[in-house]
Amino acid sequence: MSEGISQPDQPQAIEGEGKDLFSKFDDVIALREGLLSSGQEDPFNLVMEKVLSPTRAICNGRDTILLGTYNYMGMTFDPDVVEAGKQALADFGTGTTGSRVLNGTYQGHKEVEQALMDFYEMDHAMVFSTGYQANLGIISTIAGKGDYIVLDIDSHASIWDGCALGQAEVVPFKHNDIEAMEKRLKRIPEGAGKLVILEGVYSMLGDVAPLKEMVAVAKKYGAMVLVDEAHSMGFIGDNGRGVVEDAGVIDDVDFIIGTFSKSVGTVGGFCVSNHPKFEIMRLVCRPYVFTASLPPSVVATACTSIRKLMHGSNKRAHLWENSKALHKGLKDLGFKLGTEEPQSAIIAVIMPDLQQGAAMWEALIQGGLYVNLARPPATPANMTLLRCSLCAEHSEEEVGEILSIFEKAGKQVGII
Amino acid sequence: MDRAEVDTKIRSLIEPFNKKGVAIKDETTFQNDLEFDSLTVMDFVAEIEDEFDIIISMNQQAEIENYGQLVDAVTKLQAD
Repeated sequence: MSEGISQPDQPQAIEGEGKDLFSKFDDVIALREGLLSSGQEDPFNLVMEKVLSPTRAICNGRDTILLGTYNYMGMTFDPDVVEAGKQALADFGTGTTGSRVLNGTYQGHKEVEQALMDFYEMDHAMVFSTGYQANLGIISTIAGKGDYIVLDIDSHASIWDGCALGQAEVVPFKHNDIEAMEKRLKRIPEGAGKLVILEGVYSMLGDVAPLKEMVAVAKKYGAMVLVDEAHSMGFIGDNGRGVVEDAGVIDDVDFIIGTFSKSVGTVGGFCVSNHPKFEIMRLVCRPYVFTASLPPSVVATACTSIRKLMHGSNKRAHLWENSKALHKGLKDLGFKLGTEEPQSAIIAVIMPDLQQGAAMWEALIQGGLYVNLARPPATPANMTLLRCSLCAEHSEEEVGEILSIFEKAGKQVGII
Repeated sequence: MDRAEVDTKIRSLIEPFNKKGVAIKDETTFQNDLEFDSLTVMDFVAEIEDEFDIIISMNQQAEIENYGQLVDAVTKLQAD
């Protein structure tokens, strides 16, 4: 009884060699072989030979529109951002070869942390080498043995792994269910440390959490609140600070986790906070200490990108237009979508099953459109999804083109 | 509530989740015999938690493989 990761079979004994530790993957191997044996193009082995822009690439030899890259604000080819990276590469070299707490803090790392403090108007910012490590590090370090973590059942893998690493008592509640969350908080023994973990936008269906109500309930029971805003930064909220800003609860939240690998357009993760003792995390957080810091070119591009995102209101408005147009277009074509109304830059198209989902994915890629195929156990309710993430650089014409590729593929596969 | 009473309560709670009508014994496992997936587990655990006003954390759930272990755990938790 645990999270939905596929459970191992009884390992088979191999004569003379003991157990093959890989036999636990036999189910996954069989599933994959079954899918590919029909001649299906592999959805998890795509190669981009050339990237032409934030919205176009040559994938498996074809000119392809990118609709599954989380490159929400299209910063990856911004001339200022690219130039900052080149300059840092020339001035500081290819890498730091060290931990942030030893030789791995350069001027650029301090500058990107300052950019984050300015972006969120918060007192502290700590940059990790990836978004995964930011969740892993912060959660496992602040919630330890004897503490309680109350979290949404649809939380991202990096959150679950952070919970497991810290050995706190983990108490999940039904997705976005305020009452279920409150019941669990109420039952936690008096005096125990409490952390509530929520996400602004849930990446599988692209739906938003009712943060106004949930954060209020968490505070009522004296819990600290951590919100992962990976999929909303730069886009949701008047200043792009995320759903916490849009819901008016940013001052009640203790920690915001984010990433550079989506709207910011490079790689890295971070946590911002107003907690007065926050800086001690730099010494006690193992996923921060025991890894090399980001290369100077990466922090330079991130810093420039974050500062440009502060003035991105026109781009934000265009991204909303794209999201609404795609949602309406797909709905009108007869596709089943993850949300009734567009709530973010993610539009999830629900497939009847994995076979048809994979066939649809193939028809799309052959038609020149890349989306993410998401399948169990990563998806809620064991759904197969074609996940579309829009970019502020998609033109109105491209959204029209996307819809006609969807229409053709949907009819070919027989889904619409 | 003693173990027998807890057993009776959980037996009635498990019914709607026992789609195949498996005969429930103490040795009946949730994963193999009842074929509960992660969503079923979450809903079933939530029902028990609400009924007995307890928390069964995922750490505790990891230790519970069969029906008898669940009844033991709930008996202990609701007595605390």
